Amino acid sequence: MTAIPAAAADKSPGRIGRRIPLHFVVIFLMVVWLIPTIGLLVNSFRPPDAVTSSGWWTAIFSPSQFTLDNYAHVLAQSNMSAGFVNSLFISIPATVIPIMVAAFAAYAFAWMKFPGRDILFVVVVGLLVVPLQSTFIPILQLYGPKGLNIAGSFLAVWLAHTGYGLPFAIYLLRNFMGELPREVFESAAIDGASPVTAFFRLALPMTVPAIAALAIFQFLFTWNDLLVALVYIGAQNPDNVPLTIVVSNLVSSLGGGWQYLAAAAFVTMALPLAVFLALQRYFVRGIVGGAVKG
Amino acid sequence: MDPRLITAVIVVLGVPAVLIGYIWLTERALGLLGQRARAGLRPWLWLAPALAFLAVFLVYPTIGTLVRSFQDKTGTSFVGLDNFAWFFNNDASLLALRNSLIWLVVLTALTVGLGLLIAVLVDRVRYETVAKSVIFVPLAISMVAASVIWTFMYWRSTPPDPQIGTLNAALGSVGVAPVAWIQVSDFGFNSIMLVIVMAWMWTGFCMVILSAALKGINPELLEAARVDGATERQVFRRITLPLMAPTIAVVTTTMLITALKAFDIVYVMTSGHFDTQVVAFQLIQELYNFNSPGRASAIGIILLLAIIPIMAFNIRRFRAQEAIR
Repeated sequence: MTAIPAAAADKSPGRIGRRIPLHFVVIFLMVVWLIPTIGLLVNSFRPPDAVTSSGWWTAIFSPSQFTLDNYAHVLAQSNMSAGFVNSLFISIPATVIPIMVAAFAAYAFAWMKFPGRDILFVVVVGLLVVPLQSTFIPILQLYGPKGLNIAGSFLAVWLAHTGYGLPFAIYLLRNFMGELPREVFESAAIDGASPVTAFFRLALPMTVPAIAALAIFQFLFTWNDLLVALVYIGAQNPDNVPLTIVVSNLVSSLGGGWQYLAAAAFVTMALPLAVFLALQRYFVRGIVGGAVKG
Repeated sequence: MDPRLITAVIVVLGVPAVLIGYIWLTERALGLLGQRARAGLRPWLWLAPALAFLAVFLVYPTIGTLVRSFQDKTGTSFVGLDNFAWFFNNDASLLALRNSLIWLVVLTALTVGLGLLIAVLVDRVRYETVAKSVIFVPLAISMVAASVIWTFMYWRSTPPDPQIGTLNAALGSVGVAPVAWIQVSDFGFNSIMLVIVMAWMWTGFCMVILSAALKGINPELLEAARVDGATERQVFRRITLPLMAPTIAVVTTTMLITALKAFDIVYVMTSGHFDTQVVAFQLIQELYNFNSPGRASAIGIILLLAIIPIMAFNIRRFRAQEAIR
């Protein structure tokens, strides 16, 4: 069960003493992982001169100096709330569409027989590694006035996120669906159930953990995305830009206003952190189900 | 009401409805065909929407990139392998190549190694759930926010100003002079500092998956070995580790790919200065700053070629998995 022989002999008399190094290491790692974020959080509540003249840890001993001014200032920036709404507009459809499209494909890869199936699946998974950057120029031409003329619209980003998110979505759902018991589908087929019935009545309900995990993952990815939004919306339509772009612009316009930077970073982190902490059980279960038995 | 909201609602409800309708309609149409034609055609109809998206957004642009990689700056004439020759014959891209190698090796080793260590350690404490959440949570943060967070960590004030960066203050408290963490480029030191930011974000991902694999091992197996007199170290090396090997392989390939594509942190924290350039970021610079799509495309193709060995490994693993299904 463990790599630490010293901590292994649970039943020996020195049990408590021997477990101290274990607790020490685990708690040390937790502290190391938390410190960067706590530092930023503390600084986001401190007045500017305090931030630049002393470290964040000094504030813990004089909490009276804490202020909400930085958040008030950041949120008062006119386009902050618009950015928040835009981010929601972008990430929710960009989460729903790829999952639906991927579910059908994953079922076909997992439970239908056809020539070239494995090769095609490998190619789809291989697309996971295509650097997004190398797709921008051809797609921008396609989106431009000579093509679909949708550059700058939400539709442009939804479609792009769907295309970019599909390889991982198909990979995860296919692995999860492939692990479902074969007998279930065989007996359904014997009972005369069509693949459509088997998909909606059996495969889909049993895949809910993976779908939930995928939804969280795709939502985090699209909410945190800067690059795709910058390329397909950024220059063309300033009214549609998401929070990540608003904040990165804010960063340059504030010119190193550290305390504002900290507050702005926390505003972008708020929703994904809440979603993540509330739903991490599903996230873990689904991702793990798709990967572990491999 | 905001027309964009209406569009969003239509899309969220409409797209699933259209897809379900599509599958239902194709099934009705298939009903008109014979049994064999039906079974042969059905998979392709189910795959069609996904394949269409993949073709438009990944395959077509990749082919476009391949063609462009053999063209000159303006994309009017073919220059053979000139762009590739340029890449392997200039100091800037060789440096980027070295740094990308550092990313590949260090990020993968750190995340998989620490992920495994933490998975094994937290398995033995009662506050496991809390500990795992703490390690896992940075994954939810955007790279931009993570870069802001770590700028505070690595900050170096010019003495005699007080050190407000966490790491330098910690060093100062034991009497060590402040370090310019992201400026010192000897032996790729600052690249490794950037990798640490990424490792901070991704270790939790590896830990969660490895931890699940660890818990999937039948405890009777381990108990049997202990009864037979195996030490804990032997149990771990001879039983636990081999049983976890497939999962470790999955996690390792995921991290290799993540490392190769990583550029956001370099972009935000150093913009490639102080010799921290990586191949994936060089591509963006060639494209936007130097306006040479030919060279950028060549870099894109080189990135793809670098991934082929990883893919070959994945294919073998996938085949083996299918064989036992």
